[in-house]
Amino acid sequence: MAFEPSAETLKYIEDVIARYPQKRSAIMMILHAIQKEAGFLSLEAQEWVADKLELTPIQVREVVTFYPFYREKPIGKRHIRVCRTLSCALNGGYKVCDSFKEAFGTELDAISPDGRVTVEFAECLASCGTAPVAMVDDVLYENLNEEQVEAICEQIKKETPAGEVAGTES
Amino acid sequence: MFSVPKSTEIHPSERRIILKHADDPEYDISIDCYTRHGGYDVLKEAVANRKPEDLCQEVMDSEVRGRGGAGFPAGMKWKFLDRKSGKPIYLICNADESEPGTFKDRQIIHKDPHQLIEGMMLTAFATNCALAFIYIREEMPLGAQILEAAIEEARAQNLVGENILGSGYSCDIIVHRGAAAYICGEETGLIESLEGKRAYPRIKPPYFPAALGLYMCPTIVNNVETLCNVKHIVDMGGKNYAQIGKPGNTGTRIWCLSGQVRNPGYYELENGKFTYGDLIFEIGGGLREGRTLQAVIPGGSSAKVWRAGERFTGKLKNGEAFNWGIEDVPLDFDGPMAAGSMSGSGAVIVIDDSVDIVEVLANINAFYAHESCGQCTPCREGSLWMKKITTRMANGGAREEDADLLASIGDQIAGRTICAHGEACSWPTQSFVAKFHDKFVEKAKEDPEKAKVRPFRLV
Ligand SMILES: Cc1cc2nc3c(=O)[nH]c(=O)nc-3n(C[C@H](O)[C@H](O)[C@H](O)COP(=O)(O)O)c2cc1C
Ligand code: SF4
Ligand code: FES
Repeated sequence: MAFEPSAETLKYIEDVIARYPQKRSAIMMILHAIQKEAGFLSLEAQEWVADKLELTPIQVREVVTFYPFYREKPIGKRHIRVCRTLSCALNGGYKVCDSFKEAFGTELDAISPDGRVTVEFAECLASCGTAPVAMVDDVLYENLNEEQVEAICEQIKKETPAGEVAGTES
Repeated sequence: MFSVPKSTEIHPSERRIILKHADDPEYDISIDCYTRHGGYDVLKEAVANRKPEDLCQEVMDSEVRGRGGAGFPAGMKWKFLDRKSGKPIYLICNADESEPGTFKDRQIIHKDPHQLIEGMMLTAFATNCALAFIYIREEMPLGAQILEAAIEEARAQNLVGENILGSGYSCDIIVHRGAAAYICGEETGLIESLEGKRAYPRIKPPYFPAALGLYMCPTIVNNVETLCNVKHIVDMGGKNYAQIGKPGNTGTRIWCLSGQVRNPGYYELENGKFTYGDLIFEIGGGLREGRTLQAVIPGGSSAKVWRAGERFTGKLKNGEAFNWGIEDVPLDFDGPMAAGSMSGSGAVIVIDDSVDIVEVLANINAFYAHESCGQCTPCREGSLWMKKITTRMANGGAREEDADLLASIGDQIAGRTICAHGEACSWPTQSFVAKFHDKFVEKAKEDPEKAKVRPFRLV
């Protein structure tokens, strides 16, 4: 299946390439845009990027597989990242992570059975003074406690319909 | 529209220069607000009436040291730029902020982005940069949006971009997002990443950014807080700036206090006027109810740990003898160095007596094992084994010989790798095992069942 980004993303990609002195520098920003739109970076999408930047597919895949944020497989509809690192752990970060997992009956790094979330650990999110913290998609939640985690999960359940995640159909 | 990171209550001891407006409820991130508070006046004056060399001299006179970790004087770094090559010069703002414990750059980016842009444009003008970048970590998506919007505003007012305010000088700023890899904070790894590759650090020599940086062109890499300081240095004059703080430790610093302390947060303090004791026990409110101090990590999780009660003795650079406890160590660049550690990124992590010190190290080791880029065998394998051993110890499988085994691994990494991640990953193990040797040995005697009933886990 050939990959094609939306017209809007294509326009963004063209603009971003033009910004840099060398095309190849645009790769990370392009991968961000495609992953945001498609949910993950399929091999077809990576080949498309390679073509666009006049690189070999392996030069793209090298990048995709190096950086933890890029993924080649879909995740749940919402991305929950709980900080695992010291200042958060000293303030109950592991417990926060367990609460998120329990709320969705899921394991770390897996798509929850309802398809709504993937819970992951992240390394220090640069908000250690308000530990423990977690991100849900682009939003940071600080000073988390039991009640707040519960409220966030309720909110996610309300906003996000359960159901299969695109790209996971067999 | 944008979520603002929670504010720390301003402490009366603070001298806020960089964060002067950040937590003012009346202050916002628009360019109008910034200019209403005198913003961009320094840049306007500089491009109209000052020579780039003068600005470099001001920064040299200020003696300002880098706020990203190594504490290298910024003026000196700029002086090393290879200007004879004829190649374009690039400026990179390091906004990767990923050393555990550090959260100061986030405050600047989210609350006063134009201050950073003005500092960057002054730096670019002073060093004749052709193009500037902000490398911001992926985990600050809103920060990246804020910066993009702020640059757009500044461009619309001709403060960034072509022929800035009719001066004939042109320079644009590109916001570039990382993808959750700590090693992109290391300046040569960052440069590789910006070139569109894996963030594999380059070996120095020969790849000093000042000579062979981005696209093999001379490049300056400075931290967010360092670049903000440039604005104030040019504004007040380098010599006046150098009056703030102490000689060799000039200006203020934003300290990030976290861990098991009553009032964690960011505190901007004049360098050398306070001690770690002031920060932890007074400004930070001390330890929690019924707790006593076990350890302090003085400058980001890679800094060597201090054990509560230890004494530091020796002679200062000026020959003066010192005999300090943790609470007496001056809060600046040279103080923690004299005490065998470093101020690093200004991140102070407090550990009380409620946690198992072996588990603390296991948590730290998991970080560095995850973040090794994998190029050098000692770092890739060593960080992984230090993690595996300490995790096993924390989970009830400690052996008496583990302490020495850990020390021997730690001792085989530092100094044998391409970048300073080798040091960053071995210093915690080396220092924890040396200073808490008794606890690491005792761990083997502990009932393995105890590991299952921990009040809360760190690994
Ligand atoms: C493993 C490693 C991680 C680093 N991470 C950061 C970082 O997140 N932010 C930063 O400003 N500097 C970081 N540094 C330091 C940079 O390499 C560089 O020295 C710094 O950005 C220079 O800016 P300064 O002179 O203004 O401090 C790191 C260094 C190492 C070895
Ligand atoms: S020291 Fe570690 S992080 Fe640095 S280049 Fe070597 S393997 Fe990579
Ligand atoms: S340790 Fe969690 S944000 Fe830094």
